[in-house]
Amino acid sequence: MKQPTERIACFGGVYSNYLALEAALRDAQRRGAERIYCLGDFGAFGPHPNRSLELLRSSNVIAIQGNYDQSIGHAFADCQCGYTDPRDNHFAQLSYDYTLAHTNEDHRAWMRSLPAQWRIELGPLRVLACHGSPRKMNEFLWESTTSTQFLDHLVTQYDADVILATHTGIKWQRALSGRRRFINVGVLGRPENDGHRHVWYTMLEYAPSEGLSVEFIPVEYDAGRLAREMVAERLPGEFVETILSGYWTTCLEVLPSKERRRGKH
Amino acid sequence: MPSVALSHLDHLWFQVSGTLCNLTCQHCFIRCSPTNDQFGYLDLDTVRRHLAESVRLGVKEYYFTGGEPFLHRQMTQILVETLRYGPATVLTNGTVLKDEWLETLRLAEADSCYSLEFRVSIDGFSAETNDPIRGQGTFERAMRGVLKLVDFGFLPIITAARTWDILQEDTVVSCFVAMLKKRGYARPRLKILPTLHLGAEEERTHGYRRTERVTDAMLETFDRTQLICEHSRIVTDRGVCVCPILIESPDALLGGTLGDSLQPFSLNHGACYTCYQYGAICSNPSSQSAREPE
Ligand code: SF4
Ligand code: SF4
Ligand SMILES: [Fe+2]
Repeated sequence: MKQPTERIACFGGVYSNYLALEAALRDAQRRGAERIYCLGDFGAFGPHPNRSLELLRSSNVIAIQGNYDQSIGHAFADCQCGYTDPRDNHFAQLSYDYTLAHTNEDHRAWMRSLPAQWRIELGPLRVLACHGSPRKMNEFLWESTTSTQFLDHLVTQYDADVILATHTGIKWQRALSGRRRFINVGVLGRPENDGHRHVWYTMLEYAPSEGLSVEFIPVEYDAGRLAREMVAERLPGEFVETILSGYWTTCLEVLPSKERRRGKH
Repeated sequence: MPSVALSHLDHLWFQVSGTLCNLTCQHCFIRCSPTNDQFGYLDLDTVRRHLAESVRLGVKEYYFTGGEPFLHRQMTQILVETLRYGPATVLTNGTVLKDEWLETLRLAEADSCYSLEFRVSIDGFSAETNDPIRGQGTFERAMRGVLKLVDFGFLPIITAARTWDILQEDTVVSCFVAMLKKRGYARPRLKILPTLHLGAEEERTHGYRRTERVTDAMLETFDRTQLICEHSRIVTDRGVCVCPILIESPDALLGGTLGDSLQPFSLNHGACYTCYQYGAICSNPSSQSAREPE
């Protein structure tokens, strides 16, 4: 029998933040999510990559592959994040090398096996979950640099009512023509450059009477503990600062001006 | 001869002030100057017509270049209207900006969900390094423009053409950053571009050698999304051209409307070799993605 309301939880960018992942999974279950999707980028940034991977796999999260996971899975030379600033690349490389060295082969094989996209049915809605954009895994779709007509084009071309993506690290959504929608579901791995420590995931609900509703849900977790573990693993101090301050200290060059102005650096 | 198809019109460029510029830089690849009217200003109606057409084509971002865009009397209005369609980036030399324009643009950007980016060209971190290329006094004038933009809350992207030895790049970049911070731009953004050996730069240094061409073999494993012509077109007062780099080449003119200009293009120019080497040199960092692994 078909349930009257369907509810799914979605997030991306775990970046090895297993403490936030644990908190988000608990919260999503408490709120009655029937399925949980992770849109990729399990590693980077944080400590002990295996912990997040074990949690993801043992909790039956339905996962797709992000650029980071493709890189780690295949042991590519870098994370394919596309940073243009040498300083960003320096820090990205440190955490990439750490993550690659500390991820079990079994998890890496699992990452290689994941699809790049997933088609989801939510009530009558055709939902397409991808990592960066449906056409390119590492494409940045920022709120302030993505026109509405471009998103209309994507939903039409990919036959979807809703497109879900992550990759940029900052959640947002836009209503499109014909009641269609684009949603960046946010990331669990690091805060959003707004001075708050919490991270975000997204709950999608379809009710026949209401249609689709989208809720961005803040996740509180023990950021102090994560920071201590990052220090103990000798991960860059700049990353630790982001976890504690809520402001990005690296990867700033890829931010468009609106998103960058919300931050401090 | 390899040919590149347009996968989708992501970036629509406007050669909004043609080849007219208040400066006469020694490396300008289309030889802009106060008197070069080979390409003229785009009138507001032409811009509007293409903005309207761009919606049907699903354009993602808009870029404005010249010449110096702010010589165009309606530049502020053009940007205000563009911000209703999507994100806008304007490439300026920073020397003619006026407070009232920036105040209007500040309000328009605050009203829009899209970013307005300014890219200010400065080719050295000091008058000594910049002025020989861009002209006497241009360093100070451009820096005043940068600080004015910062005062109005913008975060200009300083764009420099690599007129130094690549081995000095790290030093040059850190001198740029230090200079900008010292002058009061607390979080400088910087974009370094390769020079294009066309126009005035051909005389300053050298043109392309006949061997500097893109071949089919080179493109076999190459991620074509790195090339501007794979996802862009540019509107000029003569029609729509393939990319902002080649507007002077007769074969670059593709049609009168966007719809007529979506055909593939043969990469038979020396400048294509620079694109092949350096990737999406004209786009903002926020719109670039890494090359796919080969
Ligand atoms: S490089 Fe820019 S500022 Fe210099 S002459 Fe050419 S268009 Fe004008
Ligand atoms: S110059 Fe660059 S963008 Fe223009 S056609 Fe050649 S490869 Fe494409
Ligand atoms: Fe990613």
